[in-house]
Amino acid sequence: MTKIGLEIHCQLTNLESKLFCSCKANYREFEINENICPICMGLPGTLPRLNQEAVKKATTIAMALNCSTPEKIAFFRKNYFYPDLPKNFQITQLNIYGDTSIGGTGSILVGDKKIRIRRIQLEEDPGRLIYEGSSSKNQITLVDYNRAGTPLVEIVTEPDFENPKEVRDFLKILSDLIENLGVADPTLEGAMRADANVSIEGGTKVEIKNIGSFHDLEKAVHFEITRQESLNSRDIEIAQETRHWDDRRKITVSARSKEEDLDYRYFLEGDIPWVKIGIDTRNELQSKMPESISSKKERYISEFKIPSQVAEVLSSDKFYSDLFDKSFTQENAKEVANIITTDLMGLVDTREKREKSKLTPEHLKNLANSIISGKIARNSAKNALHEIVKTGNELDAVIKELDLGNVTDQLKLQEIISQVINEEPQAVEQAKSNPQTINYLVGKVMQKTKGKADPSLTLELLKKNII
Amino acid sequence: MNLKISALQFVEDVKTGNISVEDFIGKTMEHIDKVEPKLHAFLEINRNSLDDARTIDKKIKSGEKVGSCFGMPISIKDNICIKNSKTTCASKMLENFVAPYDATVIKKLKEQDAIFVGKVNLDEFAMGLSTEFSAYGPSKNPWNTEHVPGGSSGGSAVSVSAFECIASLGSDTGGSVRNPASFCSVVGYKPTYGLISRYGLISYANSIEQIGPLTRTVKDTAFLLNIISGIDSNDNTTIDNKNEDYLSQIDEGIEGKKIGIIKEMMGEGIDKSVLSATNEAISKLESLGAKCEEVSLDMVKYSVAAYYTITATEAGSNLARYDNLRYGYEFPVEGFEFNSYITKSRKNLGPEVTRRMIIGGFVPSAGHAGKYFLKALKVKSKLTKQINDAFTKFDLLMSPTVPILPFKLGEKINDPVALFLVDVNTVTANLTGKPAISIPFSISNGLPIGIQLMANSMQDKALLQAAHALESTVKLPEVQI
Repeated sequence: MTKIGLEIHCQLTNLESKLFCSCKANYREFEINENICPICMGLPGTLPRLNQEAVKKATTIAMALNCSTPEKIAFFRKNYFYPDLPKNFQITQLNIYGDTSIGGTGSILVGDKKIRIRRIQLEEDPGRLIYEGSSSKNQITLVDYNRAGTPLVEIVTEPDFENPKEVRDFLKILSDLIENLGVADPTLEGAMRADANVSIEGGTKVEIKNIGSFHDLEKAVHFEITRQESLNSRDIEIAQETRHWDDRRKITVSARSKEEDLDYRYFLEGDIPWVKIGIDTRNELQSKMPESISSKKERYISEFKIPSQVAEVLSSDKFYSDLFDKSFTQENAKEVANIITTDLMGLVDTREKREKSKLTPEHLKNLANSIISGKIARNSAKNALHEIVKTGNELDAVIKELDLGNVTDQLKLQEIISQVINEEPQAVEQAKSNPQTINYLVGKVMQKTKGKADPSLTLELLKKNII
Repeated sequence: MNLKISALQFVEDVKTGNISVEDFIGKTMEHIDKVEPKLHAFLEINRNSLDDARTIDKKIKSGEKVGSCFGMPISIKDNICIKNSKTTCASKMLENFVAPYDATVIKKLKEQDAIFVGKVNLDEFAMGLSTEFSAYGPSKNPWNTEHVPGGSSGGSAVSVSAFECIASLGSDTGGSVRNPASFCSVVGYKPTYGLISRYGLISYANSIEQIGPLTRTVKDTAFLLNIISGIDSNDNTTIDNKNEDYLSQIDEGIEGKKIGIIKEMMGEGIDKSVLSATNEAISKLESLGAKCEEVSLDMVKYSVAAYYTITATEAGSNLARYDNLRYGYEFPVEGFEFNSYITKSRKNLGPEVTRRMIIGGFVPSAGHAGKYFLKALKVKSKLTKQINDAFTKFDLLMSPTVPILPFKLGEKINDPVALFLVDVNTVTANLTGKPAISIPFSISNGLPIGIQLMANSMQDKALLQAAHALESTVKLPEVQI
């Protein structure tokens, strides 16, 4: 049986500041090496100043993954030399003196399968290396320390995955969960990254590092399984090693053995005393936890009779579920859900579009109510939505400007119906003998009004005219 | 102009208009220039001191509020950062490092209008106890310039002892304040771990070291402690001392106090004159009304070994950042692969630092940690327990600060292990986090001897009271320079 385990790194992007200083946790808006200070640059004499909010957020993640949370946590130094590491050690966590990491064992369900979490730790992200020049001889390495010290949560799973699809499903659920907790925005580039370890039946564990995105992770795992199976079939021993994902060639390559032999000389970080997270604090965090995705889904189905699939899509994305929860009334809930899942999702399918969107819950509420009252047809509502997202204008103004209102005026509608009856004598005859076929004529009226005719009124008038 | 006054006297004299800050600083700078060729306490002399003095004089004249230091000349060990000034740690590795920020203690002293007359010498990165490991040459003991001044805060002790300043800040990792204080006949104090912020002190062994003042009198130490102690958001290991006033009730005396004389700190290898000075100190303490009794702390035997194992481990990690990539000295990085560059760049570290970093790479490494590093931590915790037990019975513990007299320059430099043993009486306070102080007690053959008192955690005030009581029984000759 193939066994796959993951180490997921998640930046706490929603925090104000870095893990040990007051530089911004959101380093992405800065020019290179502008989001730095003596502390995150590890200048001589500086000391880490622990961001207590990061401890709370990380604890929340541990709780959401059903992990045990210890009474006291400790930080350790992981010692190794790398240019992206200003101190040449990383402050991280470890469980060598009992459970002192921010999260202990836990699990979450992926479909029907339970994926066990081994440990969750809070640590600092290193800086970012930028390579310039092509050939390895002339290559220059530049370092951008803007990211150095960003709060990072590492989630280590047990090797409970059997194939790349399970990995993908898990990562989807995990990133939805992280987003729903409000601790991070997984759509930010580099906010969530993962390493994997893969072993096939009768093989040994191979670690894959340096994977840039979840998309590549799936590919890397897939490649690695294929590679190991092919070695196995030729009776070649699979080496226990660390391999790097080569993003360009889309293959894994053996890392230099030097890296595997690193001895990190872990020891307690004396500059950060043990942090007590008392039961009161933990209870408070637990009580303040946002409603879980599964609970939202349940609620949408049971309270509003929203179809399970729609509820699933709606609940799993915090952006949409927040919008829904602020827009619905008992009467319009189904319609709001409908607008979001059928129309809005296509309109704001990227992070940038979401940020630019001018749509408010109030807009959405009005739109749904107008559909229900027959003020606007579904088709037209889609166009109105598009306009609102773009401009933020009020629904009434949009209807007026784009002439999207339903034709509810009996006289006007009668005029159009008379036209249709004149143009379609055959269909009229048919409808007289077979009332089912009257829908064809309704369609014709709709065509002439560009879908704006009030459907029930049209049907009523047609029936009156023909029968 | 008398430069040989205490900090409190200086403040009094300036306040009452007896002296102007400009005169005092001017004379101090002249004196520094005169004695430095002989003593080499300073790595860098602050030539703006006189301007600073004039500014403070102006403030005094115009009736503006003036900080409690009133322009007091203070020297700073060159491992404590002063904004926009070079902080070299007496290492070639940080030859060009200019600190872009003030250490918390510096910020506090600046607020109180202290004048920093210069940065003073130390063993490279504070590793050593003679200043002979300074990359810029050793300092000399003002009592006898053929002898070492002790270390690592040797420059601090020399500058105070030789009247080049009124007080100094050093750092104490295993005795680095108390040892040179003892060798140069000044007061040297290491507070309870966490009492003074380490923010801006360049780490050597961060879990046990503290900044500490070196002064002429115990009262001066209390005066400085009032300024520089207290909780600091930039140092998560600091303790809230509720703005304790260490100067008030300093005359409390020690009547009825129980003092334990640590047997293991007066054992083999102790100099005869140090032993007799210690016995004399015991009788003086008793004459002040204290009760002295011998106490055995057998873990002290292992303390030096544990100390070197722990400090090497932490140093190996703390000094890893000196790869010369972001600051340091002139050595272009182009054309190197990362690992080969840092290997080459780190050749600028001196022999003692290199030795300790190599040890620091070994003792906590996989496969060896159990035999060395973890065992050292065990000693540390057992020693702490023993000391805590002792403090249930005693108010204070006493020993000579150093078992031997200041040795000659070059005498022990090639024998690192012999040097290590000089630490035997001082490292215990660091390993256990307890406050300890060295006070000048005697002069033997023209060389100073200091007595060490130790108290329980956060008993710093009681410790200073006792030290002040003992100090007041002592009248020592002045150093001739």
